[in-house]
Amino acid sequence: MEILGHLADGMFIALEPLNIMLMLGGVALGLFIGAMPGLGSVNGVAILLPATFLVPPTSAMIFLAAIYYGAMYGGAISSITLGIPGASTAVATTFDGRPMALKGRADLALVTAAVASFVGGTVANLLFTAFAPPLAQVALDFGDPEIFALMLLAFATFIGLGGDDIPKTLFSICIGLVLATVGIDIMSGEPRLIFGDITGFMHGINFLVLAIGIYGIGEMIWTIDSTRGKLTMTEAVLSIGRIISAVKESCAGWKGTAIGSFLGFFVGILPAAGATPGSLMSYGVTKMVSKNPEEFGKGSIEGVAAPEAANNSASTGAMLPMLTLGIPGSPTTAILLGGMVIWGLQPGPRLFVDQTEFVWGLIGSFYISNFFALIVNLAFIPLFIWMLRMPFTVLAPMIFVLSIVGGYAATQDMHDVWLMLIFGVGAYLLRKLDYPVAPAVLAIVLGPIAEPKLRQSLLFSDGDPMIFLTRPISGPITVIAIILILLPLIKLIRDKLKARKTTNA
Amino acid sequence: MRRAEIITAGLMALLSIYLMIKSSELDIGIIEGEGPGGGFWPFWLSAGMLISCIWIAINWYRRTSPPSQSTEVYMDSYGLRMLLLVGGGVTAFIGLIHFIGFYGAIPVFLIYYIRFLGRHSWAATLAISLPAPVITFLFFDIAMRIVLPKGYLEPLFLPLYDFFF
Repeated sequence: MEILGHLADGMFIALEPLNIMLMLGGVALGLFIGAMPGLGSVNGVAILLPATFLVPPTSAMIFLAAIYYGAMYGGAISSITLGIPGASTAVATTFDGRPMALKGRADLALVTAAVASFVGGTVANLLFTAFAPPLAQVALDFGDPEIFALMLLAFATFIGLGGDDIPKTLFSICIGLVLATVGIDIMSGEPRLIFGDITGFMHGINFLVLAIGIYGIGEMIWTIDSTRGKLTMTEAVLSIGRIISAVKESCAGWKGTAIGSFLGFFVGILPAAGATPGSLMSYGVTKMVSKNPEEFGKGSIEGVAAPEAANNSASTGAMLPMLTLGIPGSPTTAILLGGMVIWGLQPGPRLFVDQTEFVWGLIGSFYISNFFALIVNLAFIPLFIWMLRMPFTVLAPMIFVLSIVGGYAATQDMHDVWLMLIFGVGAYLLRKLDYPVAPAVLAIVLGPIAEPKLRQSLLFSDGDPMIFLTRPISGPITVIAIILILLPLIKLIRDKLKARKTTNA
Repeated sequence: MRRAEIITAGLMALLSIYLMIKSSELDIGIIEGEGPGGGFWPFWLSAGMLISCIWIAINWYRRTSPPSQSTEVYMDSYGLRMLLLVGGGVTAFIGLIHFIGFYGAIPVFLIYYIRFLGRHSWAATLAISLPAPVITFLFFDIAMRIVLPKGYLEPLFLPLYDFFF
């Protein structure tokens, strides 16, 4: 009952006029960002974070969360009408959304996506409200070794479940953590890694410099290089009557929606996973249990509903560890977590005790933003489709300008703007060789939190690393982390053995 | 792609070694009664980077990673031209900020990109590139009080400051 009281308070905070405006603006921007190929929630949140210094932290967070939400809805628009995903989270939506559009039922696909997204978001919000407070309660007892073990687990999931090249993932994590150590060492007060004695490094490398570099500049160059400016568009015929009948028809996808809503949420909680694998997995599972699996890939309603419910649900799921444990569940929430540090909030379970207004205002906004996103999405589908015609040669320079102005605003130092350019181009060049970039962003956000925890733990244990294994909570977490790190190795050995068996047989 | 893979791994290995040396300027061991020294964490992470690079090189040698098997060129002529025009444009944009400030560099960059790279009409180009600095000024300098650098154009803004502040 206490939770319901908090939730009601939170809704009131979210319904303040400023916050309503920010939510409406946020979901509309998010829908656009999600729909634009080359831009996803992570890009939008990274580039627009500096713009939120104007409003108080709670409102800033509500705005950015609304963008995150909106982008999950928006991704479907281009997946269906253009046949290319507007964001990686909507990849699975192209599988059935595009064939449906080619059959002349783009309206049905778009409405199904919107309705499934809404249901997915709502289920996730309910799960979030039920799980977050008890989890935060448990986490309040965590000491330094437990928190460090959790961070280790976050990085281990990238290695074990990320699906990218393992040494490259490891490299990405390590370089992110090393970049986070540049500046003054907070424990000894000594300057550290001041390259070429340039004073600009003394204040450290702000995570936004890396995040905007990668997701603003690097991503734009990547998109220009990979799309080469060739897109074709399917028109969607829409009217109020058609939308209403499509809503009725979309109910046929209820099974996909249900699977996506629940599976997406739990996959979203895992640090490495987030909304993209969540939606792909939900698509796969729905196809497996469906009565008509042969329709998948040819325009199945369930096939559109499952990934769309899942990506919305996963985006809320990713917020769960971010708010309760201070461990982000996705690249976008990593940036939100970094934002919380800039706003002077200490991420972690104490938020639920010390910053109840912030936490519950945000949770309340999830419900309202989700509703707004549905309405704005259904009402303005034609407008978003029209905006998709905006040529990339107009959008890209605007993103570059926003990135550079935003990057400057974050630290107000031209040194960081140059650094951002270097990171952006570097990330693009490395990404061409399959180096994953998300782990580096997660690492630069978590690095400044992880290092003091490690050093304090080792100080406490006189340098004995066994402290992570012997304590009751950090022990099992560390063991799971180690298993995850070893998982690819185990798989490799099993494959080798299997191969040997087949050659012998 | 195959050659780019090993060259990149080599360069990144050099970077890792440099970072290891740089980290060892501080104590990299465990100090009695103080826990790990300031160089401990970055040193071992840089070592982790180096190990990853060696691992990438082994995969390259055994041809087990996709880029080490790929026969595609790492950077074709389109990619290179695009990188020079776009990356060069952004670099010039940041460079210009030092001289003519954000409000001079923004329209110059937008005109360059939209008109000359995008080949849009002058009307469309100017409709975007002229309001852009005005909106940026109102949002950052006025609303957020984040004063963006103006370079040599600073005197032009004095009357505006008088008006707003």
